[in-house]
Amino acid sequence: MTVTRTSSAPAGDASVLLVLLKARTFIALILVTVFFAIFAPNFLSAANLVIMSKHVALNAFLAVGMTFVIISGGIDLSVGSIVGLCGMVAGYLILNGIDLGLGWSIQFNTLEICLIVSAVGIFIGAINAFLITKLNVAPFIATLGTLYVARGAAMLSSDGRTFPNLNGNAEYGSDTYRWIGAGDILGIPVSIWMLIIIGLLAAYIAGRTPLGRFIYAVGGNERAAGLSGVKVNHVKYFVYMFSGLCAALVGIIISSQLAASHPATGDTFELNAIAAAVLGGTSMAGGRGRIGGTIVGAFVIGVLSDGLVMMGVSSFWQTVIKGLVIIAAVVIDQAQQRVQARVALQAQAAVG
Amino acid sequence: MAPDQHPIGLRIREGTKVYPGTVALKSANFDLRMGAVNVLVGENGAGKSTMMKVIAGVEQLTSGSIYIGEEEVHLTSTEDAARYGIGIVFQELNLFPNMTVADNIFINREKTRYGIDIDRARQRDETRALMRRLEHDIDPDALVGDLKVGQQQIVEIAKSLAQNARILILDEPTSALSAAEVEILFRVIDELKRDGVGIVYISHRLEELIRVGDYITVLRDGVITGARSMEGVDVSWIVLNMIGDASKDFPKTLDQPFGDEVFRAESVYLPNSSGGFTVNGVSLSLRAGEILGVYGLMGAGRTEFVETVMGRYPHALGRFYVDGKEAKSRHVAGRIGMGLAIIPEDRKQDGLIQLLSIRENMTLSSLGDLSKHGHIDLSKEKKTVGDYVRQLVIKIASPENPVSSLSGGNQQKVVIGKALMTRPKVLLMDEPSRGIDIGAKAEVFRVMRELAAQGLGIIFVTSNLEEVLGLSDRIIVMSNGSITGEFTSETASETGLIAASAVGHAVTHQQKETVT
Repeated sequence: MTVTRTSSAPAGDASVLLVLLKARTFIALILVTVFFAIFAPNFLSAANLVIMSKHVALNAFLAVGMTFVIISGGIDLSVGSIVGLCGMVAGYLILNGIDLGLGWSIQFNTLEICLIVSAVGIFIGAINAFLITKLNVAPFIATLGTLYVARGAAMLSSDGRTFPNLNGNAEYGSDTYRWIGAGDILGIPVSIWMLIIIGLLAAYIAGRTPLGRFIYAVGGNERAAGLSGVKVNHVKYFVYMFSGLCAALVGIIISSQLAASHPATGDTFELNAIAAAVLGGTSMAGGRGRIGGTIVGAFVIGVLSDGLVMMGVSSFWQTVIKGLVIIAAVVIDQAQQRVQARVALQAQAAVG
Repeated sequence: MAPDQHPIGLRIREGTKVYPGTVALKSANFDLRMGAVNVLVGENGAGKSTMMKVIAGVEQLTSGSIYIGEEEVHLTSTEDAARYGIGIVFQELNLFPNMTVADNIFINREKTRYGIDIDRARQRDETRALMRRLEHDIDPDALVGDLKVGQQQIVEIAKSLAQNARILILDEPTSALSAAEVEILFRVIDELKRDGVGIVYISHRLEELIRVGDYITVLRDGVITGARSMEGVDVSWIVLNMIGDASKDFPKTLDQPFGDEVFRAESVYLPNSSGGFTVNGVSLSLRAGEILGVYGLMGAGRTEFVETVMGRYPHALGRFYVDGKEAKSRHVAGRIGMGLAIIPEDRKQDGLIQLLSIRENMTLSSLGDLSKHGHIDLSKEKKTVGDYVRQLVIKIASPENPVSSLSGGNQQKVVIGKALMTRPKVLLMDEPSRGIDIGAKAEVFRVMRELAAQGLGIIFVTSNLEEVLGLSDRIIVMSNGSITGEFTSETASETGLIAASAVGHAVTHQQKETVT
């Protein structure tokens, strides 16, 4: 690339190019949607869209939490296992409550169960943050460790068996548990409403709060952020705990949708979440990324895999295509960075 | 010492090097004499390093030419320079801490068996031979990361010797060496001289230069201001050429009385990993409206002191008072809350977040004031940034552009803006003029004066004599972590400052040696 262009016309071209590059994930989403609308029958039917968005929502939750972690310069590999463990906790609480060992047990209603399970997810996130900030373990290793620990704990909780028939008990107020996964408000599934709330909350944090700014600052340059008075460790605690919360919600939703919880649930979910974040323009080096981009990225992945299924493409090919899309996304991202730097430098050169 | 005794091995003629926004070297004519020590002296940013980088092939001249013997050469890379027998030992060591001494010495020139695998035994033997020559007992299999800095420097020198360098450039080789190690280095230099090697020696320690040098070249603002044989040269001659007769226009103190004491530090200690103290019992006080210059050589502990004040090192000892109130919090955020703010030395590493926009960088320390209940008031933020951009005359196309698109001077003003937004009572400025051009320097100094006139206390760290003398109301000199001199603007002089900055160097180093 040459930076020696001087006339104003190329700068104008670059600006248009930059807008297109910035909107690339959204353009990709429109393209795949149009493609499947033409080639996959019933793709645009209301029923299919609802099912598809439910699939997408699960990944989008994890990807939103993951985006914060990656922007802060870390990575959270443990989310898939947290999904599994939290599902098991939810299942156990519905079936057994907490046995106090005195011949009677405490039973919980749906809201209490959700709060406890969320607390478990947040707690595992806090352990991740503790390992990373206080014990100086690299994020990749720390969360890889909790990935195994949480998965193993999920298996231990039931000896690897499924907790079936999570229909709850009206007597304890837990019969509404299935509504989380199966119910809808105004024709839109509950899980989608939850995603909308979490997504808006995360976007608000990222864009309009000091905390959000600090997340970007820590990922961009931890030393400078520290010297600017940013409490780096607090920020890291927040991102990992938030990621844990998102994973716990996914655990609740899946166990509710299936009315059962299996300890292997959520295996490799973390990779899909990372893929969605990267597809949405999040930089693995930290400091860059948007919540909106991540959600669009999750939709691209979801629409792509569901659409390919409907077209009858083999699942092996689906995997290959998904990989190619991710690589293409990152290549285009690099191009965007270069164009962006050029536009900024040209604007600055004009000022002198 | 007749000139013909030392033939000229390398010449630069009309060498000019322009960086974006600043001329680092202006039509320099430099003769490098073989079999002699060619001393190069000048203040930071005077162009010494640029000239050496040109000779070593790291940078290329914008105009002008380099001759080796009678042949004009174009050195486009360090390998190129190495082919002509030019070796350089950088100030920042370019070693791989994760590899052994022998691996480092033969990096990219590995001794191999039939071009396939590395002949470790031979590398080890040659390393031992080199170490014997340098009178050091460094194990070829030791990891470089485990060595002391002085030993690492020896490894760097050995690396150049292994390439049979005819011209050896030493950039501040003694800054990290103990007195005993310096003696050994000087013996090695003598030996190399006898072998006819031309040595370029850069250092800030003037006494040392006079002792070791045969020829001296003084640089100021990219121009060579003096070049002669070392005979008859004394410290005052060097200082005169380094600084010049006419002091540059520094904005002078506006005649107004200082306010009350605004900051006090008491017995500040910062332990380092080798069992000593990087900051060793520093106490000082500062009054409102006063600019206190802290002068010292590299490694004197100045930067560490201001960073300790800022709360960067939680394990440091000492008491700090702002407006008579003692600092309770050990963290940076707490110190900022008390009214302290820092302009770090290394803008890129510590000052800015390159990915973020100018606006986001400027408000990073003061988001608390710009937000209510955890909600940033974006319009207020934009307005505040606009105010500071105007006040500090920062040239920007848009506050939304990434801060990395700015020139050094404007980046520095963004960092100053960030610090000022926290409405500090005390401003700690660490080498505020580093890496910015002369025009921007003048701007930064003007801003400092204005701030002091508004009642801010400023502690400003520099290794530039001219700056510290021109700007400070009072000067403290640090050496080896301790305060070794205090001057008012009446009593301060170049020689006095230089003498104080060298105090205790040999002594404490020897103490350290016996401890380890």
